[in-house]
Amino acid sequence: MKAIPSPETNMEQPTTTSTSHSHSGSPTIGEPMTLRNDTAIEMQNLSAWYSKNQVLHAIDLDIAAKQVCAFIGPSGCGKSTLLRWLNRMNDTIPGARATGKIALHGVSLLEPTLDVVDLRRRVGMVFQKPNPFPKSIFDNVAFGPRLHRIYSRTDLEELVEQSLRASALWDEVKDRLTSSALGLSGGQQQRLCIARAIAVGPELLLMDEPCSALDPRSTASIEELIRELRATYTIVIVTHNMQQASRVSDTTAFFYEGKLVETGPTDVLFTTPKERRTEDYVTGRFG
Amino acid sequence: MTSIAARTAAEISQRGRIRSAAFHGLFEGSIKVILIALTLLSVLTTVVIIAVLVKESIGFFTMADHPEISLWSFFTGTEWSPLLGAKPLFGVLPLISGTLLVTAIAGIFAMPVGLLTAVFLSEYASPRTRSILKSVLEVLAGVPTVVYGFFALTFITPYLLQPLSSSFGTYNAMGAGIAVGIMILPIVCSLSEDALRAVPQSLRDGAYALGATKFDVTAKVVIPAGLSGVVAAFLLALTRAIGETMIVALAAGGLAQLTVNPSQQVQTMTAYMVQIFLGDAPAAGVEYRSSYAVAFTLFLITFIMTWTGAIILKRYREEYE
Repeated sequence: MKAIPSPETNMEQPTTTSTSHSHSGSPTIGEPMTLRNDTAIEMQNLSAWYSKNQVLHAIDLDIAAKQVCAFIGPSGCGKSTLLRWLNRMNDTIPGARATGKIALHGVSLLEPTLDVVDLRRRVGMVFQKPNPFPKSIFDNVAFGPRLHRIYSRTDLEELVEQSLRASALWDEVKDRLTSSALGLSGGQQQRLCIARAIAVGPELLLMDEPCSALDPRSTASIEELIRELRATYTIVIVTHNMQQASRVSDTTAFFYEGKLVETGPTDVLFTTPKERRTEDYVTGRFG
Repeated sequence: MTSIAARTAAEISQRGRIRSAAFHGLFEGSIKVILIALTLLSVLTTVVIIAVLVKESIGFFTMADHPEISLWSFFTGTEWSPLLGAKPLFGVLPLISGTLLVTAIAGIFAMPVGLLTAVFLSEYASPRTRSILKSVLEVLAGVPTVVYGFFALTFITPYLLQPLSSSFGTYNAMGAGIAVGIMILPIVCSLSEDALRAVPQSLRDGAYALGATKFDVTAKVVIPAGLSGVVAAFLLALTRAIGETMIVALAAGGLAQLTVNPSQQVQTMTAYMVQIFLGDAPAAGVEYRSSYAVAFTLFLITFIMTWTGAIILKRYREEYE
């Protein structure tokens, strides 16, 4: 398995503007993409079930590294399920299973022998509702590093500071790191959850409707953060908000009834979609 | 244009509504009165009990023929022998120590076992296993306490304790304490389980997503997050243990002595009261009245514990809102 990059090196990496066009993996379905990068995630013929209920049908999708990919589609279209297979969070749901192939940088994720603890260290997740632990701000961010013992004692404070800086929360909380995370506002809590995910040094960040419980101002700050973070991380975001998808993402994948209808660069998908259903959805005719 | 039939129907239904509103008003009003009366019944009972306890306790402390009894001598005296000897001694400390010893043994047994059972039920057990185990616990909660007293006397002491050490008498604090512990186990268990299950699933998901194992999630997120509820469960169960009467009256012995040795017999506050009220102590005699002072002391201790438990529980409830 690939070595986990330390958060330090992650954060010092320069912003990747995609000038290099080398890519691995099969080309993405849809139009030739204007932005090309290394492929982070490959999915082939991925189907998924909850008990007998099939929720994903033969998905083929590649997601480029260090870009933001948005999953859009009406409720129940399977986009959140797909996201939750990318870090095997569905393992916690009885009756959930999947067939086909998902690979993260070449590592197959659906192998029964895969160490999910290690996978989830490489794949951070941010949830719909901010879910900080009822602990101090510091302890929230330090939770992952402590869990995996990926720090020397003196490093921990530095690591927490870096993670909070990376999630644009440091200036607001640096004077009250020991106070409870539950005292933060919703938007701050969500940025804390992002800092908590970043602290273990993931390659991939999954965001499941991260702004749906937030007010417009907090939403704007999270969106700005997402645009900054894509310099360092591959980000997959599930969203119900089409404006949000168009604001933050480089590529968009549209799902309908468990099938991938269309995927491509976000501006193309939103202006000149090839599929009728995509056009109907992005123009608000249904969904 | 509305038809005549429709208009008539509308008028009828309107009249009907007015009549039924008046009826409902009367009905609702009387329901409220009945409910208030029933609520007052329990309030009144509490007030009367406290009043009786206070009045009889004052009577005990101001008895003309026992000038040696004072609040000071009562709460600091280390000897309790109201029935023996020429001069009865009323120092409540042996009774308090006996009560606390039995309660401590019960707590030391029931708290870890109950919490770990709650962890298993809440985090590890399948829904099926959980429902089976919960019904077993309900059976345990329904066993009359006199049966636990018998159990202590005829099983725990002779078959578990006496083989370990010959110093255990027929009546001893340990056997009674363990039996009380078994009795409060369902309380610890079900209240702790409620507290753990009340921890939002989103916190577990958050920890899993950071690469936590099930044990990490339980030990580092669920238990800390539910801790105040668990502590409140402990306090409520201990309150129940302090007030337990039948088990200790049967199995702990009848000799009030200031000791922390669990193999010795002890007398608890409740057991003393049973002894007095079932014995032939004359009403209005000093022993009779002393039991009210003991009861009031017990009431104060349990009241403080219940109150503390309620405060902790309240703070815990506010945490996630």
